[in-house]
Amino acid sequence: MLDYITSYLRSDTTPGQAGNILWAVVYIFLIFAGLSVAVIAMNWLERKILAHMQVRLGPMRVGPHGLLQPIADALKLLIKEDIMPAEADKFVFWMAPLVVVMTAFTVFVVVPFGATHAVTDMNIGILFMVGVSSLSVLGIVMAGWASNSHYPLIGALRSSAQMVSYEIAMGLAVVSAILMTSLNSAGTGTLSMIGIVQAQQAQHVWFVFKFFPLGMIAFFIFAIAMVAETNRAPFDLPEAESELTAGFHTEYSGFRWSLFFLAEYSAMIAVSSIAVTLWLGGWLRPFSNSLTGDTWEMVFSLIPGLSFLAFAAMCFLGVFRMPKHRAFRMQTMGLAGFGVLLGGIGLLLFVPPVRYRVQDIFWFSAKVAISMYMYIWYRGTFPRYRFDQLMKVGWKVLLPLGIGVLVLTAGVGVL
Amino acid sequence: MSFYEETTIHKRMDATAGAAGSVKTIDRTSHLELDHHDKTFLDTNELVINMGPQHPATHGVLRVILKLDGEKVLGTECVIGYLHRGVEKIAEHRTYTMFNPYVDRMDYVAAVSNGLGYCEAVEKLLNVQAPPRANYIRVILTELNRLASHMLWLGTHALDIGAITPLFYTFRDREEILKIFEKYCGARLTTHAFRIGGCSYETYDGFEREVVNFVNFVTPKIDEYEELLTTNRIWVERTKGVGPITARECVALGVTGPVLRASGVKWDLRKAQPYAAYSDFDFDIPVGENGDTYDRYLVRMQEMRQSLRIIEQAVGKIPAGPIMAKVPKVIKPAVGEIYHSIEAPKGELGYFIVSDGSTQPYRIRVRPPSFVNLQALDMMVRGQLVADVIAVIGTLDIVLGEVDR
Repeated sequence: MLDYITSYLRSDTTPGQAGNILWAVVYIFLIFAGLSVAVIAMNWLERKILAHMQVRLGPMRVGPHGLLQPIADALKLLIKEDIMPAEADKFVFWMAPLVVVMTAFTVFVVVPFGATHAVTDMNIGILFMVGVSSLSVLGIVMAGWASNSHYPLIGALRSSAQMVSYEIAMGLAVVSAILMTSLNSAGTGTLSMIGIVQAQQAQHVWFVFKFFPLGMIAFFIFAIAMVAETNRAPFDLPEAESELTAGFHTEYSGFRWSLFFLAEYSAMIAVSSIAVTLWLGGWLRPFSNSLTGDTWEMVFSLIPGLSFLAFAAMCFLGVFRMPKHRAFRMQTMGLAGFGVLLGGIGLLLFVPPVRYRVQDIFWFSAKVAISMYMYIWYRGTFPRYRFDQLMKVGWKVLLPLGIGVLVLTAGVGVL
Repeated sequence: MSFYEETTIHKRMDATAGAAGSVKTIDRTSHLELDHHDKTFLDTNELVINMGPQHPATHGVLRVILKLDGEKVLGTECVIGYLHRGVEKIAEHRTYTMFNPYVDRMDYVAAVSNGLGYCEAVEKLLNVQAPPRANYIRVILTELNRLASHMLWLGTHALDIGAITPLFYTFRDREEILKIFEKYCGARLTTHAFRIGGCSYETYDGFEREVVNFVNFVTPKIDEYEELLTTNRIWVERTKGVGPITARECVALGVTGPVLRASGVKWDLRKAQPYAAYSDFDFDIPVGENGDTYDRYLVRMQEMRQSLRIIEQAVGKIPAGPIMAKVPKVIKPAVGEIYHSIEAPKGELGYFIVSDGSTQPYRIRVRPPSFVNLQALDMMVRGQLVADVIAVIGTLDIVLGEVDR
């Protein structure tokens, strides 16, 4: 039994490939927990970053700098009355959030946080990811239809049309990235998520910079399509607040609504990780082709710990800037405690075995975080597209562009 | 600065000087055949949805019943009256002075303009002239209020179209105006700044300096709003060609204000029938040409700059002297009737007052710009999409307090 547990630690494959169910379950729990924390953190970060873009402070009351606000919100949603419209189709209404959440979480089975840090490595990984994540539209249509109300219905119709049309452009961009993986001596490409990153490692280039500007255009198409795919601003028509109040989830409240919320953010993280895996080198650290050697390895391995120490330092700066008053004592202590926690994590990341193990995860998460920041930035900057314009962008701009890039990539690859 | 002066509106401003409306027409029937049943698709029913009175984008308690074919609007019906307080009826049981604060509650984002219109109407009835200093103070405050109103319009309009950030910028800057109001008369929103015959209060110490500081502060901020929106691709796509209305239709419906000017009619009561001290100032009337939402946006942005120009001039040459004309303690106009209108931020705001010789008006009828402009909604959105309804409600700049009174 002990051997069963420890044998995996010495292997260099994912638990799925090693056939180690126990570790697979552990990974699933870790990803589930990590994702929940990430969604909570995203909630707080989105509110704070958006607030600072809009010359306001955002949540400041619940916990120091509003750090406990997402938890308070989650609690509020959990204890809210569970309302189901009398005219709703009860079963479908009940199923819809589950479908959306299930698809949003299932895709993380193949997301490679590192060379061995994935639940499993399927040979059809990217296909699985794109396929399963597109299933969420089913849940949205179910939600809109089951609500038996006009606004959700229009939201669901918009959503299905939008997701289907952007999936095509997205697929074309993905295919052009997959074509790039086949540029090796054997000429064999791969659909495996881990294989795609390894191909970038072998070719010493992130695919976003490959065949300049083709890789960049494909990435650009994907980056737009993924925003549309996750129904976020400026493509947030299905839940356009000013038009459809809340779109497909107008009739949902409490915990059911929070499931949609959870699904939306995990879908954002999921598509961001596709983008990172396909174009931004997945778990590979920056400049892994040029800045090589033991010294550079050492320097880059310090960055995870240092960045956490920097977060801790920001917390302590906040502690010093807190008003020196009795009423703020709890908040100051809380912030200091949070700083100590982050600092502790930072120091832990310096310890040699950990230092080399978490590197992949750190770089992957950092790239995903940048993508998530872009999501927030878009939301703070752009007005919303109108439905016909959205379709125009999808079919008349992104689709021809995607086909062009695909053909050119194939052509350049053959030469 | 030069970039903003090169906009079409600015160029058109002089080109169309004096032109009383273009002859452009919009074909409203080709894209919309109400009786024709579309046989190419599945037999679909029209969808009737009820937007409001509780809706995030109807700017208050406006209820619009939309008849939709998919996303296309076949027709609308406005249901108003959810904020009806009977202001005009209340007037019949109040003295002229007592009614003055009530007018602030109609267009509550431009309360100063409402007060100005009422006070001037009663002054006209009494045959009284407000002293020059009072008129200058009135102009400064009214123009500040126009800015505040346009800022609120810009923020909410952008929010409706999905740009959430400008709202916070405009509210930040509007706050500075409200601070000036608060210092002047103690109230921020429902100011009751003017009295029949002049102004209630003398300006506070440093008023002129603060107003000048505000003008210097806000000029780059308007550039900032324009930077976010004017050339923003999505913004232009969302507003250009949306909710068009021709000059002729505007005139036929009685639409006034920036909506009328964006259609190419150079009609601004500040120039056409100068009141208060407006004849003393040098300013332009921005005019659009297409009468669409984008032009209305540009016109209002230019109007904000023109307001700043007026404020700057007014502060520069504000005369000394009394702020109140000789008005009897008990206001008792002679029997008669009067109509007086001013250019409120949203259009022509008129007061029709009938006096029976007593201390209370026999009848007051308000001609509110929002109410009249709202009529154009149906014409503007037919054949367009649901999202455009929101954009058009925003661009009409209605305040339900004024629509319902």
